[in-house]
Amino acid sequence: MRRNTMMLSVNLLAAFHSIFQYQFMQHAFEAGTIIAIVAGIIGYLVILRRTSFAAHAYAEIGFAGAAGSALIGINPLFGLLGASMTGGLIIALLGKRATNRDVEIGSVLAFALGLGLLFISLYTGYATEAYSILFGEILGISSYGVLITAIVSVVILVAAAFVYRPILFASLDEEVAEAKGMHTVLLGAIFMLLLAASVSIAIQVSGVLLIFALMVTPAATAVRLTKKPTYAIAISVLIALIATWSGLLIAFYEPYPVSFFIVSIVFGLYLLVRLISWKR
Amino acid sequence: MIIMNTKVIKTDMREDVVKAKNLTVGYKDKKIWQSANFEVKRGEFVAVIGPNGAGKTTMFRMLLGLQEPVSGDLKVFGEPPMRGNQRIGYVPQRHTIDNETNIECIELVHLAISGHKWGIGLTSSKEKELAYKALKDVGAAELAHKSLASLSGGELQRIFLAEALVSNPEMLLLDEPLSNLDIKRASDLVSLIDSVVQSRKVTTFLVAHDINPLIQFLDKVIYIANGKVATGTPKEVLTSKKLSELYGTHVEVLHDSMGHILIHSVYGMNEQPPDEEEHHDVER
Repeated sequence: MRRNTMMLSVNLLAAFHSIFQYQFMQHAFEAGTIIAIVAGIIGYLVILRRTSFAAHAYAEIGFAGAAGSALIGINPLFGLLGASMTGGLIIALLGKRATNRDVEIGSVLAFALGLGLLFISLYTGYATEAYSILFGEILGISSYGVLITAIVSVVILVAAAFVYRPILFASLDEEVAEAKGMHTVLLGAIFMLLLAASVSIAIQVSGVLLIFALMVTPAATAVRLTKKPTYAIAISVLIALIATWSGLLIAFYEPYPVSFFIVSIVFGLYLLVRLISWKR
Repeated sequence: MIIMNTKVIKTDMREDVVKAKNLTVGYKDKKIWQSANFEVKRGEFVAVIGPNGAGKTTMFRMLLGLQEPVSGDLKVFGEPPMRGNQRIGYVPQRHTIDNETNIECIELVHLAISGHKWGIGLTSSKEKELAYKALKDVGAAELAHKSLASLSGGELQRIFLAEALVSNPEMLLLDEPLSNLDIKRASDLVSLIDSVVQSRKVTTFLVAHDINPLIQFLDKVIYIANGKVATGTPKEVLTSKKLSELYGTHVEVLHDSMGHILIHSVYGMNEQPPDEEEHHDVER
């Protein structure tokens, strides 16, 4: 499928018309779009709360879960969700300071990666399975996968909209929020669960190791462009969408991995914005 | 002196906003300070003074209901302290904002009245107006759309003050707003706080290391040191006799022509506030 004889057309409409004749490309665009929206939104809160390391940790904890469920014949997405959300809940319940405990989180994620490695080596088809979990394989997503992704995303987005203002305030000024009687530990736990679930679905696109490309870099770029949270979220989503769509489009014509293109596009935009703000 | 006397009489007519009786705080095995008695009336401007680690922030945590007293009785607005008391505005001790917090100031002030509400809340122009008014009240209207990360220490403290005032509190707790500010900025901020105290009749507690920038505005001093608490008007508390009792060593209070004081121990005081010496040089 990667050895496409067509050339990347200047006429985008014609290009998309030919791309959507392939069902796997349709699924990839559907899932990629949903995931970019979720990752762009949750990513802003990741930047605000400075929990990007936790985001990475959930991805690697999720790797163990995905590899484990592949081993016993369950859809890896469920393993991802289960493992990363359990990890998220534990880290959140350890208290607000735990989210900044780099050494503890790092130790846990190293162990999780090791565990994942064991599961993968026990699993016969290990090379391709490991590869797709680690680096993403959005072109292989089934219609069932798209459905699960959509359901999980709707739950995340509804929950995120509900707790949006309290989480924003608690992230910006935790002590005052606490003094005002807000349950900052509970809010932190809810956020960690949302983050873990978002990371789990985003892994399908970016893979475990490239999770920053969707969950961190677009939002980090956006906060350099605007001081308004709502605008920053919109820009973050836009960057994630542009990167995902362009990545899929280019990967249809070029024999290289989608996640490579996505990472390169978000990184290029990030560099550009940093360069502009540095020049100012 | 005559003016002072009439003020005392007026003060006594007002209700007690905070009343502490035989109050001891800290932990069961480690008491921070004990047997404190003080009353603060509506509209009073009170400084909480003492060396590092004396338990000044702990007093705020108790007033906010975030920490329980070990023993004794504490009443805030006639009731035991409770967490989430909407009648209190709080500015915690904070030196800087992360330079990646690129969010405009009005957003923080706005969240102080809307942050407890569920949902996205896109239609809240009335709250935005209140936030803008709070910024105006502290002379920071022109900072409304500036990034928090771009502000100086003095500007940040104004924003934090607006954040505390926006919910129209009856009591303000300000934890070390003057630290990290130079003398000019500190005195500007104190004048601003005093005008807020006067115009809104809001009872204000302000934690500081150095009493001098505040001294002319204060109704009361709560001086915490050596596990003990002394309270009264600045004239009552800031005497050689009272502070010698408090520190348990001979302490002299020296005065300059401007009414500033220097607390000085003949034998070398271990728990001398770190800012004191610096101030000493400047005052001379």
